[in-house]
Amino acid sequence: MHEMSLCEGVLQVLQDNATSQGFVRVKTVWLEIGALSQVEPEAMRFCFDAVMRNTLANAARLEIIEAPGEAWCMQCCKVIQVKQRFDACPDCGSYQLQVNGGEEMRIKEIEVE
Amino acid sequence: MCTVCGCGEGETRIEGHDHQHGHHHDHDHHHEHHHGVHTHDYGQGAAHAHAPGLSQARMVQIEEDILAKNNAYASANRRWFSEHGILALNLVSSPGSGKTTLLTRTIDDLKAELKLSVIEGDQQTANDADRIRETGVKALQINTGKGCHLDAHMIGHALETLDPDDDSVLFIENVGNLVCPAAFDLGEAHKVVILSVTEGEDKPIKYPDMFHAADLMLLNKTDLLPYLQFDVDQCIDYARRVNPGIKVIQLSATTGEGMQDWYQWLRATLQLASIGK
Repeated sequence: MHEMSLCEGVLQVLQDNATSQGFVRVKTVWLEIGALSQVEPEAMRFCFDAVMRNTLANAARLEIIEAPGEAWCMQCCKVIQVKQRFDACPDCGSYQLQVNGGEEMRIKEIEVE
Repeated sequence: MCTVCGCGEGETRIEGHDHQHGHHHDHDHHHEHHHGVHTHDYGQGAAHAHAPGLSQARMVQIEEDILAKNNAYASANRRWFSEHGILALNLVSSPGSGKTTLLTRTIDDLKAELKLSVIEGDQQTANDADRIRETGVKALQINTGKGCHLDAHMIGHALETLDPDDDSVLFIENVGNLVCPAAFDLGEAHKVVILSVTEGEDKPIKYPDMFHAADLMLLNKTDLLPYLQFDVDQCIDYARRVNPGIKVIQLSATTGEGMQDWYQWLRATLQLASIGK
């Protein structure tokens, strides 16, 4: 449900940048969304269209770049891939993991005119 | 969100904060006018280009967090809390975990010793703030309307009205929801997640984001354990899987069992907040 607020956050960043970067229309938005972030990409797409309607990003295309979840395993001393926060290390089974990738929720770049 | 003051939700109501949300909509229309002007300015080519090879379209690198706006408000709140030596705690849980009962008991037991105030977040009604005010401490209700969480901007406005004392504890009781409030920093020192033993012991892995974001878990309603099939050790194990550093206190706000541990944690954490003010 909070994807709606997140999209409003995206719109606000776009509006702020429209002034500072001097553009009037946004055609495409690239978002980087990590596998461990609190964003459901499908919900994001749904809300994006609704929030951007009648704004400078009306009918803009949304591109989602999915970033994989990564963690440091303290037992193996190496970087491993995780799909969820409670995953164990696939090699040693330890839960002593420090997540260090996949939490991104960023606006990467936008195509404007 | 309104670009003047940053208000996101037209339905949010903060007690004592009379906000005119009507003007937000004017801003929305304003952007439409921009579009109208824009179509006169540019050529008719596929990319609205005036000359071959020259396109009006361009790429802008943003590299900005989606929650950047909220995080900026949260930083401002955090700075204000630290200047005033206020310990702000963001209490999160699912509905019905006993947050308000835990809070009223805590206030009754500690109000003679510590300065306390409360911000209550609910979709509707001021019932919880009324319950808190009956204890005699300052409380303010925020109704989020359709919203599922409090955000840092609402807290900023609430602070103007509530005006918590220096060196006090501010409890922010978030909307009962284990999903959305995890993402929104309010400027608090710690998120405290309350889980009651009448819920499933696997909630920490069902809602891992919240248990990952919290520093302290209060396992509430332990007086009911004899009547339930709730595996406390398994629950704590799940919580540590998503957050190896999480602290756990088992307590019952009804019988008072374990409450002293919670009070001791509050006193110690408040002392830390006052250092380096």
